[in-house]
Amino acid sequence: MSLALKALKKSPWVFHVNTGACNNCDIEILDCLTPRFDVERFGVLLVGSIRHADVLLISGPVTQNILPRLKRLYEAAPRPIKVVAFGACGCRCGIFRDGYNVVGPIDKYIPVDAYIPGCPPKPETIISGIVKVLNQL
Amino acid sequence: MQAVLYFVKYLVFPGFLFSAVVGLLTTWVDRKVSARVQLRVGPPWYQPFADTFKLLGKEVVVPAGARHTGFLLMPVIGLAAATLASTILWLVNLRPESSFVGDTIVVLYVMTIPAIALIFGGSASGNPLGALGSAREMKLLFAYELPLVIAVLTTIVKVGSFSFEKILMYQEYNGVMLGSVSGVLAFIVLIFCAQAKLGFLPFDIAEAETEIAGGTHIEYSGAPLALVRLNTAIMYLVLPLFIITLFWGGVNFIGWRILTSVLKYVAIVVIMVLIKNTNPRVRIDQAVRFFWGPMFALSAIAMILAIVGY
Repeated sequence: MSLALKALKKSPWVFHVNTGACNNCDIEILDCLTPRFDVERFGVLLVGSIRHADVLLISGPVTQNILPRLKRLYEAAPRPIKVVAFGACGCRCGIFRDGYNVVGPIDKYIPVDAYIPGCPPKPETIISGIVKVLNQL
Repeated sequence: MQAVLYFVKYLVFPGFLFSAVVGLLTTWVDRKVSARVQLRVGPPWYQPFADTFKLLGKEVVVPAGARHTGFLLMPVIGLAAATLASTILWLVNLRPESSFVGDTIVVLYVMTIPAIALIFGGSASGNPLGALGSAREMKLLFAYELPLVIAVLTTIVKVGSFSFEKILMYQEYNGVMLGSVSGVLAFIVLIFCAQAKLGFLPFDIAEAETEIAGGTHIEYSGAPLALVRLNTAIMYLVLPLFIITLFWGGVNFIGWRILTSVLKYVAIVVIMVLIKNTNPRVRIDQAVRFFWGPMFALSAIAMILAIVGY
């Protein structure tokens, strides 16, 4: 395994984007950074710009308005980038599947590497999902 | 032969390699202390090194609207300037006879270059938020340079010389600058200026991750981002060292003084981390008012006291 790849496993930086979720998943993501779970122990940081990211964490069904922006975000990310679909909505549109402005789950438009189900997922589930993504590398 | 020696000094021992390793370890101390303040565990000691190697291995994206040369060159220039400041400071501390006339002025000027490089890099990125970050960094630079220079002049007036060697010798025979009233006042001013120079809370206005998504750093990815972060890490080493040299008798690796040197350094770093962790971000106008108001007054009082002889 190369040095850069080994280092990538030790410091995955996460960029989080909400594509129309109800905000419950976003609160649960912040839980992971609090003293009880503290994912910074494993080098995980939440970054503000997509150019710094290694993992693209997407919560929510994709709405019509956000779709072109989601595609641009995926193209703007520096490779290698891992995409994680987050929550019941991210995986299969959840309760919003019949919405008039919902155009489908994330994996219809960009390749997804891991799914973290739950409404919202527990912090333990999130950490387990991140570990699975890193083991794919 | 002399030239080769200078290159080794600049690139390996007190220069780039040494400064980068110690600077990255300092950023680990920063993150660990921040985590402990928030009752978290914090990252392991190798975390900054893992971050750097990871960024070096990632793809470099240059945005379509960016000026390629300026965008990619500026992190290198900033890093070179930070390394130069670090080299000069370590050399005068370890072997005071390598000091030259006016080296305080040189270090003062060289320490400004990383900030200017960041301003150019941000505005070359072609991103509106990057340009906003650059504008804020420029205003902040104008704000903190005034009290910073007056605080440094306090020591120079007291010693009556522009060279680090004389400053260190004066403190060796007459006691450290922190023992005098003017020294304490100027020290307080310098700590706040260092906070602004490093872009730490409460003065991280130019980066502001939650507000303008990284500001001047926003479009950097991969290796250039690693250089920008290394730049910050080395400045994190340079500024406490500069303050210690001017006010606290310098650092030394001989005998038991190695222990006190490390303690002084860690003490200043921890003070800065605590300020960072207990303050919210201020607006740019508040920052300018803070530096041109109370900080300027404090440094002016320190200057007058130094001239009178306290």
